[in-house]
Amino acid sequence: MTDADVEAALQAGGNLTVWAWEPTLTKVVADFQVKYPKVKVNLIKNGSGNDQYTALQNAIKAGTGVPDLAQIEYFALPQFALSKAVADLNTFGAKSLDGTFTPGPWTSVHAGDKIYGLPMDSGPMALFYNKEVFDKYGIQVPATWEEYAAAAEKLHKANPKSWITSDSGDAGFTTSMIWQAGGRPYRVDGTNVSINFDDAGTKKWTGLWQGLIDKKLLAPVPGWSDAWYKGLGDGTIASLVIGAWMPPNLESGVKAASGKWRVAPMPQWASGEKVTSENGGSSLAVTEASQNKTLAYGFMKYATVGDGAQSRTDEGAFPATTKQINADAFKSKEFPYLGGQKANEVLAEAAAQVATGWSYLPFQVYANSVYNDSVGKAYTGGSTLQDGLKAWQESSTKYGQEQGFTIR
Amino acid sequence: MVAAPTIRPAARRQPRPAAVRIRKPKSWTLTALTTVMLLYTLLPLAWLVISASKTQEGLLSTFGLWFGGDFALFHNIGEVFTYQGGIYLRWLGNTVFYVVLGAGGATLLSALAGYGLAKFPFPGRKAVFAVILGAVAVPPTALAVPTFLLFAKMGITDTVWAVIIPSLMIPFSLYLMWVFATDTVPDEILESARVDGAGEFRIFFRLAVPLLSPGLVTALLFNVVVTWNNLFLPLIMLKDRNLYPITMGIYTWNQQSQTVGGDVVFHLVITGSLLAIVPLIAAFLLLQRYWQSGLAVGSVKQ
Repeated sequence: MTDADVEAALQAGGNLTVWAWEPTLTKVVADFQVKYPKVKVNLIKNGSGNDQYTALQNAIKAGTGVPDLAQIEYFALPQFALSKAVADLNTFGAKSLDGTFTPGPWTSVHAGDKIYGLPMDSGPMALFYNKEVFDKYGIQVPATWEEYAAAAEKLHKANPKSWITSDSGDAGFTTSMIWQAGGRPYRVDGTNVSINFDDAGTKKWTGLWQGLIDKKLLAPVPGWSDAWYKGLGDGTIASLVIGAWMPPNLESGVKAASGKWRVAPMPQWASGEKVTSENGGSSLAVTEASQNKTLAYGFMKYATVGDGAQSRTDEGAFPATTKQINADAFKSKEFPYLGGQKANEVLAEAAAQVATGWSYLPFQVYANSVYNDSVGKAYTGGSTLQDGLKAWQESSTKYGQEQGFTIR
Repeated sequence: MVAAPTIRPAARRQPRPAAVRIRKPKSWTLTALTTVMLLYTLLPLAWLVISASKTQEGLLSTFGLWFGGDFALFHNIGEVFTYQGGIYLRWLGNTVFYVVLGAGGATLLSALAGYGLAKFPFPGRKAVFAVILGAVAVPPTALAVPTFLLFAKMGITDTVWAVIIPSLMIPFSLYLMWVFATDTVPDEILESARVDGAGEFRIFFRLAVPLLSPGLVTALLFNVVVTWNNLFLPLIMLKDRNLYPITMGIYTWNQQSQTVGGDVVFHLVITGSLLAIVPLIAAFLLLQRYWQSGLAVGSVKQ
């Protein structure tokens, strides 16, 4: 299959069903249909994240109603890849896109030599903080985790109703933090999997975070809840270590704090280091059940590397393509919400510093769903993070074995 | 022809003869307990009404149980009906459609089946009874995925039928109608009607239905609430936003706050929820008269 074949399929036209919740795709679909009038794209916002994965798995099990393309987050992609739910894109020459994407997301869509999706956006981590609160209590922007812990203490002491951040147990955050700290708890080779939360990197993170939990320096507010948005707005949650896709969410959900927030590089484990990890981000994948994979690949390429990449970036998505991320217009864009800061300079740099060698489990969707049963107890004082992770490791191992994986 | 029961609340409120009137001692514990329960029931509703009057920012910056900032209720209502191309109204219409066909159909079917089981002895009736009681105990959530797989084979997922057909079967409603029919439809009337030469359908619709009407209203009310609030089934069955019932629609608005680049519209979620319960409250107020008269049935020996 060559690019010419893909182009021919686009010209010939047909129907495509896309399951995705990414809001900027609406414009991409509209533009695409102008360019290729014979293609009819049916974009279905079929819930986000887990809702969509459940629906997708149900449809695959039923053998009908499977979309041609689906948005799948990086952490979930291995699960769909291994169960052969999504197609290997090497058939369409996806390998030639090497270098088109930033390394973090590009690695995330690979499993061995195979490529199971094309990156739509990425989430290199950075520190978002409320400058007004930091200034008020004389807190320097922390460059290391040591300084971060000190800032957490200073802030909460100065105002007992203010916390450096909130965390009530979030699997995605935990794995991203372990990733940055150098931990590699998951090793995956086909169906051979090893899970080990006992490595030095993991312990580095649990050491720091356990300290914050023990001293009650984290607001016990679940992420994305109304209380969370409230805290981000009124200064009680003073910072967030989160993916680069955050600015539009702040603009839409935390209008009250407009002009107060800034972005800084993610705190480091050793002064002077430049290491980040990915948090969130998703790909588009062609399903194995699709009757028109070539056409689907054509749309996917348009949306992720073609004209779609630019219009999605313009609409506020954080790109995964080097071209968009390195463009001057992108880097010099001023964010009125972030006090006119050229935030993309910081975020683009973070994208280039993502640590390598990370992999997610081929059943990460399940593992994340039971995270709070085991690690959650650490946040309520019933256990420690390290013990919680051990319990998580055990429940993940048990599930993996039941699913036929060899787990060491 | 037997007339429908004409007992009205007013009629029942007539004072009893003094001889049997019992002076009720006031119980403070009971009063206090009832007050607590009342507050517990009304507080979420009060919160909903108060919150619906706030803007998105007001919601996140003012105390939840009192009004604060601008009074934005009417603005919010306007926005609910225009947001995303006014899809809210479509969702509301879908819910009404699902309720009329689903809950209405379920009530009719359970009346027919309940009456049949109560009045026509046949071999295996006990087994049917056991199956129905068992079905009451199975949570609909547990059946959703198998139902999805079944419907996928039939090719009717993502159509209105995927919501309506499962809604037609509410075992509890059938059980209710059965018990009700056993108690309120005397066999003698059926027999005399048969002697007069009436067919079974005629007997059911002309004789049994009027006698069953208080029970029918109870079952209908119950089925309407179940169908109106149904979320899990449409969540699994439907992909097309245009087919969503109101519960699914509000759910997706709420989910927007949890997605990258999503529009955070808590104020619309809350105002939308408030508007969505208004028709339910109206249904209760309209039907409670009939429903109340039904509650007394069977309490007196005839």
